[in-house]
Amino acid sequence: MAGMNLLVNSKKYEIDGAPETPLLWVLRDTIGLTGTKFGCGMGLCGACTVHLDGDAARSCQTPVGSVGAKKITTIEGLSTDRSHPVQKAWIAEQVPQCGYCQSGQIMQAVAFLTKNPHPTRDEIDQAMSGNICRCGTYQRIRRAIQQAATDAA
Amino acid sequence: MMATATEVGRREFLRLSASAGAALVVSFYSPAKGRAVQSQPTQNGLFTPNTWVCITPDNQVTVLVEKPEMGQGQRTTEAMLLAEELDIDFSTIRIEQAPTIPDIYKSLSTGRSGGTRAGWESVRKAGAQARAMFVIAAAQQWNVDKQECRTQNGAVIHAPTGRRLTYGELVEAASKLPEISAGAVSLKEPKDFRFIGKPLPRVDTPSKTDGSAGFGIDVRVPDMLYAVIARCPHFGGKLENFDATAAKKISGVRAVFPVPPLGFLDICGYGGRNLNTAGGVAVIADSTWAAIQARKALKLQWDKGPGGNETTDSLRSVLERQGTAAPTFIALDRGDAGKGLDKAAKKIEATYELPFTAHATMEPMNTTVHVRDREIEIWSPTQWANVIQDEIATLSGLPKNKVIVHMTLSGGSFGRRAQWDYAAEAWQVARQVKKPVQLLWTREDDIQHDFYREYSYHRLLGGLDTQGKIVAWSHRVVSTPIRPVFDSPESLKDPQHSAEVGGADSLPYFCPNIRLDYAPAPSAVPRAWWRSVESSFTAFAVECFVDELAHAAARDPYEFRMDLLHEDSKAPSGDGPDTRKFRGVLQLAAEKAGWGKRLPAGWGRGIACHWSFGSYVAHVAEVSTEKDSAVRVRRVVTAVDCGTAVNPDGVRAMAEGAINFALTPVLGGEITIKDGAVEQSNFHDYQVLRLNQAPDIEVHIMPSTDPPSGMGEPGVPPLAPAVANAIFAATGVRVRRLPVDSRLLQESLYQLGGPPRSGEQICFRG
Repeated sequence: MAGMNLLVNSKKYEIDGAPETPLLWVLRDTIGLTGTKFGCGMGLCGACTVHLDGDAARSCQTPVGSVGAKKITTIEGLSTDRSHPVQKAWIAEQVPQCGYCQSGQIMQAVAFLTKNPHPTRDEIDQAMSGNICRCGTYQRIRRAIQQAATDAA
Repeated sequence: MMATATEVGRREFLRLSASAGAALVVSFYSPAKGRAVQSQPTQNGLFTPNTWVCITPDNQVTVLVEKPEMGQGQRTTEAMLLAEELDIDFSTIRIEQAPTIPDIYKSLSTGRSGGTRAGWESVRKAGAQARAMFVIAAAQQWNVDKQECRTQNGAVIHAPTGRRLTYGELVEAASKLPEISAGAVSLKEPKDFRFIGKPLPRVDTPSKTDGSAGFGIDVRVPDMLYAVIARCPHFGGKLENFDATAAKKISGVRAVFPVPPLGFLDICGYGGRNLNTAGGVAVIADSTWAAIQARKALKLQWDKGPGGNETTDSLRSVLERQGTAAPTFIALDRGDAGKGLDKAAKKIEATYELPFTAHATMEPMNTTVHVRDREIEIWSPTQWANVIQDEIATLSGLPKNKVIVHMTLSGGSFGRRAQWDYAAEAWQVARQVKKPVQLLWTREDDIQHDFYREYSYHRLLGGLDTQGKIVAWSHRVVSTPIRPVFDSPESLKDPQHSAEVGGADSLPYFCPNIRLDYAPAPSAVPRAWWRSVESSFTAFAVECFVDELAHAAARDPYEFRMDLLHEDSKAPSGDGPDTRKFRGVLQLAAEKAGWGKRLPAGWGRGIACHWSFGSYVAHVAEVSTEKDSAVRVRRVVTAVDCGTAVNPDGVRAMAEGAINFALTPVLGGEITIKDGAVEQSNFHDYQVLRLNQAPDIEVHIMPSTDPPSGMGEPGVPPLAPAVANAIFAATGVRVRRLPVDSRLLQESLYQLGGPPRSGEQICFRG
């Protein structure tokens, strides 16, 4: 039960607890950042996606003890005013319906576009297929990513 | 226009209302009572909550929305309807979820794709009433004839003198006026609409892009604990024994105790109640993770119960047997289908089968409950807050007004959250813990304890005359019925309540001899409403079979449908679908899809249409078949006639969502049963549609000034048959069981030695 230091959205947190606890539950239940969602607990749906040093990670499959000094970014830390190009594209394309999966979708899209700023449609399909949306906003997600890529160009 | 109305939390709303001094509060016209509820002047500047619209002196307009928001855009639609008649800027409206106050807010629920329909009259009337009162207040203040006054964007203007008073400035005077009845105000003509019919951005989009939207799972109450339940996996079974020694040793665990099943009366036989919980062992902990870990450490023994031998195969043999058994009711009996079939020049027979399928909302079921001395407070992502209040009051013995239900945002519903099992469980747990408790379902709980779409089996017989016209139509529906889950088993004998054959009973195609009947198949598996309910399976059978008849008649399936959709096919009662509207959407979809134009080799195009919840939808699906992955749905072109499209972008979003949702049980999502329990457990073995499987979608909306009809569900029913018909066009293989079995399809293609040969129908069932 050693104390662990976490850097979440540029803020330092000292966390007590078992190091094998998934980061998801530390974010949601301990720190109180509920924008990151629980969807499946098996890394199958992407609702819990956050960034570790800018890379997309499924927080339900990330033991908090494995994070170390890596910078954690959650949807709440993406921007203070929804000004990230991907958030703007999501609003412009009116992507969300129920909205539950969208934190994970946006975090996945941001990490993907950082590595691949000008993706083809097939690359978008491949990168985003680990994130499930049951409302069926997939076509708008595709458009929003293309839009964000164009805006950033 | 990029106006954005905003949402507001209830606490903030009360604070704003209190600080703003006087407020004009106008309730909605209530069609049931036939008159408007008394308008409520505020007392001491405090909001009186038996109302729906509140306007304060700072010009703030707030609408209290009764219907839940679960992704369908309800809040946006209501804000648009109100803004239209109140004549205010849509972007200035605040939205709040109406509270559960018995006898005042009576419709804290939605279903049957009815949200927009419900508000079409009532919300607009409320806006028009408030606007009329502001006009009278201004006219009195200026001592002029009200006929000389008009409104513009939240203000009354005296046209001859150009004088202007904002609604905020008129709040105090208007709130002292006598009530204006809803009947005394008239509504705008469609040509004058400012907002209705324009694609406006949703009010909840911003909060759903920054993590701030609050769902049920996000409820945080001081001192709260977290709970999960280990449920009996066998439907109708029960807990025999458990050992919590190891579970209790896990750090953070507070309590472990059994919870009895609720309801589940004789469900194997058909009987039951509008409540089923599996019962099991609850684990309460300081965190969700600790509770989940402790649950894994439980040692559990279950009694499988009376349904413990049920398997998908055993159920299937019952369904097949019931396909030819005596019916429990006859829903349609026009002409003489038997004689018609005997005389037919050509007789076609086919059976179709659709297994159980799950809702799998992205936000798993959860509810937070705080049981206090003489009061219970509940936070639930629900489609039906009224029933939670009613039933928890019954279970707890408290009066309704001591059961407070906060309806949170829902992370999807599709019918699942019309059940209140998870709220009842949360109450069962919380009453034993003197602290607020959040009960969370894991994905495994969700997949294994859903109320699934009915398993259905269809036997169809069709007769064609020498000209290729349909002369007889016979459809036997067999299903694990949902009606007796909520009603009495006797209801299955009543043809007046033919819900189990919904959609099949509004056959729009002309045929002189029609019979539609029903036989049930008992099952221990809970089932209930799944997006578009019975239409989601009856449309598959009907629209695939029409395609088979078209093929047998050597006709183009689009033209065959169009020819059969004439005036004579209308239901005699006149309350069935309008064949002209059917023709309209079929034609629009076919034209936009390029029906009849060439496709690449290995591709096929299929068409289907259906009428449900008042709306007409036609889909043209294009599929490609590939050697490795069998079927891919490439493109869906959709035409909808939903009357007035209040928010066309919302209509498009609902149609897109319905298409994607309907593709899951076509391409993979199937729930199978063994030992009276579900075999699947998470998204690895219950495969839902993913982005790389999502087709291009084009949605075309028929222009209309008719009142709006439903859009949440109507896009679902015609999708599966359009895809199945497209697969036939591409391969010559008839898909008669869902999901499409790509292995069998590949074998058939292999046997065919390539693309289809015209005139050949290979049929298989999984």
